Amino acid sequence: MSMHKLTGVAALLLVSGVASADGPNLGKRLSAQEIAAWDISILPDGGNLPPGSGNAEQGARAYAQKCVACHGESGKGGIAAALVGSAPITTISGAQKTIANFWPYPTTVFDFIRRAMPWQQPKSLTDDEVYALTAYIFALNKLIAEDATMNAETLPKVRMPNRDGFIVRFPEKM
Amino acid sequence: MNGTVTPNGLHFVILHSGVPDIDPDKHRLVIHGLVKQPLEFSLDTLARYPMVSRMGFVECGGNSAPMFSPQPMQASVQALHGLASNAEWTGVLLSTLLEETGIDPKAKWVVAEGADSLGVSRSVPLGKALDDAMIALYQNGERLMPGNGYPMRLLLPGWEGNMNIKYLRRLKLTDQPAMTYYESKIYSQLLPGGKSYQFYFLQEVKSFITHPSFGMAMKGNGYYEISGVAYSGNGRIARVMVSADGGKSWAQAALQEPVLPKAFTRFRAPWRWDGSPAVLQSRAWDEAGNAQPLRAEFVAKRGELPKPAPILAFPNQHYNSLTSWAVAANGEVSHVYA
Repeated sequence: MSMHKLTGVAALLLVSGVASADGPNLGKRLSAQEIAAWDISILPDGGNLPPGSGNAEQGARAYAQKCVACHGESGKGGIAAALVGSAPITTISGAQKTIANFWPYPTTVFDFIRRAMPWQQPKSLTDDEVYALTAYIFALNKLIAEDATMNAETLPKVRMPNRDGFIVRFPEKM
Repeated sequence: MNGTVTPNGLHFVILHSGVPDIDPDKHRLVIHGLVKQPLEFSLDTLARYPMVSRMGFVECGGNSAPMFSPQPMQASVQALHGLASNAEWTGVLLSTLLEETGIDPKAKWVVAEGADSLGVSRSVPLGKALDDAMIALYQNGERLMPGNGYPMRLLLPGWEGNMNIKYLRRLKLTDQPAMTYYESKIYSQLLPGGKSYQFYFLQEVKSFITHPSFGMAMKGNGYYEISGVAYSGNGRIARVMVSADGGKSWAQAALQEPVLPKAFTRFRAPWRWDGSPAVLQSRAWDEAGNAQPLRAEFVAKRGELPKPAPILAFPNQHYNSLTSWAVAANGEVSHVYA
């Protein structure tokens, strides 16, 4: 199409007043069911947590099969990040950050295990396994009782010690 | 490096789990959540949308992390500040797609997710999404490099690199941030006293001299051109000052036109080296009036490590203070704090 003709079309649309409202509209409409298959984002208020549940004892079994090779016995000493530890933070080095001394929300643990672990086969765990592993990690860190069950109700209520340890750098951009 | 454009093969790459092998014909972008009509886009359909091009820098939040060491690391400008690159990005504005999905008035955030193995995810304020966010498809005229997000990435001009989600596959509009692993753990910055910054968002005004710099040697007395790059996530660079005496006196550098917002600006200043020891520094201001902080100011606010950390340790993030290069009488250039 020549530039001359393009300009003519644009002018015509502008005159009829529909240019701004009438985009290409090429997106495929999705049903709620189709979206559910995509949507793995868990919100800090517990929003979008799936059905299911698990406790630390079940988590220990899954951990021994799928996590221990990288994260070590009882969540430390492995080649991957330690999952247990609450030593106080004393410098500005990020290497000190652990779940118990830094992570502000319990839902992040569930979300990250489900989307990213195990390293060689992410998104392969069942939701029950993710709840159980989350319970196992929280129990090792003494953030919940050893026999506590994690589910969509109980998980968001776990109080993380560093919940109030943050300053939003640019609140005016939010 | 000279000029302002980073060739595609040299664009920095930080990936948290390697380059995914994505079939562009099967890749989809889904926009859902607090929208009126959830929509799915393929690469082919996006190619038919109105596109825009803009120059823009992308900088890793951890760029310049070696500058948190208590002694100056003897390393090149590439090793100290190399996780910033500048390219012409072409793609579809996110606002164009959100016009078609519609936005529920309750929406305040857009949670972005990649198709890499970790599903790297970050929460972006809706205001930024509607301002200048782009679904980038091209980088300096070519399709995106595999390490830079092929077949599509989120481009948030001037904002922390990790938020510019690569291999973008999903955008969910929400009423709250998702507090993902990367925003609540990795890209939160410990401060002196134990609190931490979160949602830093911006790559603030910064400059450094690339020539002369560590690893180069002066070749006799006389004329040299001091040259470097300046940029700000807040907009255009307004001014760059250059010192050859460690900040005692300053001269204004020339800015290479065009000076574009949220993009590298090359600055240059003539200098006649008399052969005696000198300390070279640059300091930039952006059009919003922000000044690059002096090192003493920066350290007072953000702290220093108790001991030096390896170049690739990334102990902290968002360093935007000055860089000082000492020129010795024998022509060697070293890194100093001044």
